[in-house]
Amino acid sequence: MISLTFHQAVFYFFSAVIVIFSILTVTSRRILRAATYLLFVLLGTAAFYFLLNYTFMGAMQITLYAGGIVVLIIFSILLTSHVGDKFEPIGAGKLIVSLLISLFGAGFTLYVFLKTDFTPSSVGLPDASVRKIGNALLSYQRDGFVLPFEVVSLLLLAAIVGAIVIARKEPADNENLNNE
Amino acid sequence: MTGNAYDFSIITKNIDQYLVLHWGPSMAATLELVLVGVLYLLIYALVGLLLVYAERRICAFIQCRLGPNRVGPQGIFQTIADFIKLLLKENIRIERADKLLFFIAPFIIIVGSFLAFGTLPFAKGLHALDPDIGLFFIMAATSLGVIGILLAGWSSNSKYSLIGAMRSGAQIVSYELSVGLAMVTMVILTGTLQLSEIIEMQRDGWFIFKGHIPALIAFVILLIAGTAETNRGPFDLAEAESELTAGFHTEYSGIKFAFFFLAEYMNMFVLAAVATTLFLGGWMPLHLGNLQAFNQIMDFIPPLVWFLVKVFAVIYIIMLFKWTYPRLRIDQLLSLEWKYLLPINLFNLILMSVIVLLGLHF
Repeated sequence: MISLTFHQAVFYFFSAVIVIFSILTVTSRRILRAATYLLFVLLGTAAFYFLLNYTFMGAMQITLYAGGIVVLIIFSILLTSHVGDKFEPIGAGKLIVSLLISLFGAGFTLYVFLKTDFTPSSVGLPDASVRKIGNALLSYQRDGFVLPFEVVSLLLLAAIVGAIVIARKEPADNENLNNE
Repeated sequence: MTGNAYDFSIITKNIDQYLVLHWGPSMAATLELVLVGVLYLLIYALVGLLLVYAERRICAFIQCRLGPNRVGPQGIFQTIADFIKLLLKENIRIERADKLLFFIAPFIIIVGSFLAFGTLPFAKGLHALDPDIGLFFIMAATSLGVIGILLAGWSSNSKYSLIGAMRSGAQIVSYELSVGLAMVTMVILTGTLQLSEIIEMQRDGWFIFKGHIPALIAFVILLIAGTAETNRGPFDLAEAESELTAGFHTEYSGIKFAFFFLAEYMNMFVLAAVATTLFLGGWMPLHLGNLQAFNQIMDFIPPLVWFLVKVFAVIYIIMLFKWTYPRLRIDQLLSLEWKYLLPINLFNLILMSVIVLLGLHF
């Protein structure tokens, strides 16, 4: 009997979850089901972060991807599609080409991974507490990230303003729309 | 120290040592996971039942009715009877619904609220998870619930459900902002996200007293926005019985309906517990200045009792909201969030920062 440590068992379980639901995501013919499978893939990734004791990244993964992006995807599906809707089955040509491409991708990644000689680092795990991350994000010292942090926040601000401009209805445009 | 008389970590440590001795560390860890999981599921369901009973009684008293009073003294067995009824009811299969998503949706909602429930500190050493990102973890876990609601509404293939789900989605996503900002305001004061540390800092006074005006404002905002996030009245337009029949769970019956019901009540419990932890000192007893005798007597009451009493006091306030205010329209709901709560919240954040920077708090 192969003996598994508890950690390994959990790791294999979530690996299986991610692999199975990744395949289901791209093969499902109902769009909302695909989005739900994607949710499980993202949650599985979050589980890996928790397994590594990197709780901050795990919670970030859940909030941003599960609570943010998947909700956005589901919202747009809710507005545009109906329960009965199904994709057309894809043709044989497309199926073979995409299968080949994904097999090549998987093979290439596996090759690189197996070829690389990973040496366990002698340095202990870095301190990834939320206090440390917070200080690093706003620090302007050598290992600080205040510049990228501010640039990203500017980008987000621009995105918000852009979204408002697009979504805003001008009174004049509104009349034109009604006339058409 | 009298404060250590009720330290649960001693008990849990003893159990852990006993299990490791008899089963080995790997098996013990598995066993502990199962034990804690079963225990929490049990508490989860029991507290849910208790809250349903409380809601019915409080609602009845406000409306000058007696409420449930036939099944057992004061009707305390009413919710158990209801529970059995829900278990035995037929699980209606919906034709032309997306059956898989219809089946999954209640579980996603339950998992979200259960994850948040797991991080609550009930007493010293009595919490399943205590990550250093505590509050942030709770925010992340509760953000899963909205997916369940959206899926339930869409997969039911009913227009009432879909409208309910859309309303509920817009509501939860926007009010999450206010809940988060109110929490961040308090995090500026505490300087930590870890729930056990936050409580430890309130040993000499609760934050609602120590944090001056901004703490009070944050408390009120957290209660309002939290009530909206749990889809409770007066923000229950997502499930408005009178116009949408029940919103996203219209098509659900039996045990699956019970899941939605339970999750709603437990989300309320989580909200009240977070408010208690952040503002009312969690399981810390009430201490008044230098009144030694008074403080000693207060220390004598177990922390678990303190925690539950405070949580139920907050829940009582939330229930009063539901039964005294009329339901908001969707535009009123959104303008309350974006035009009032959010600006007040941002201003409050700056105010708190100034107070912390100048050291004006106690």
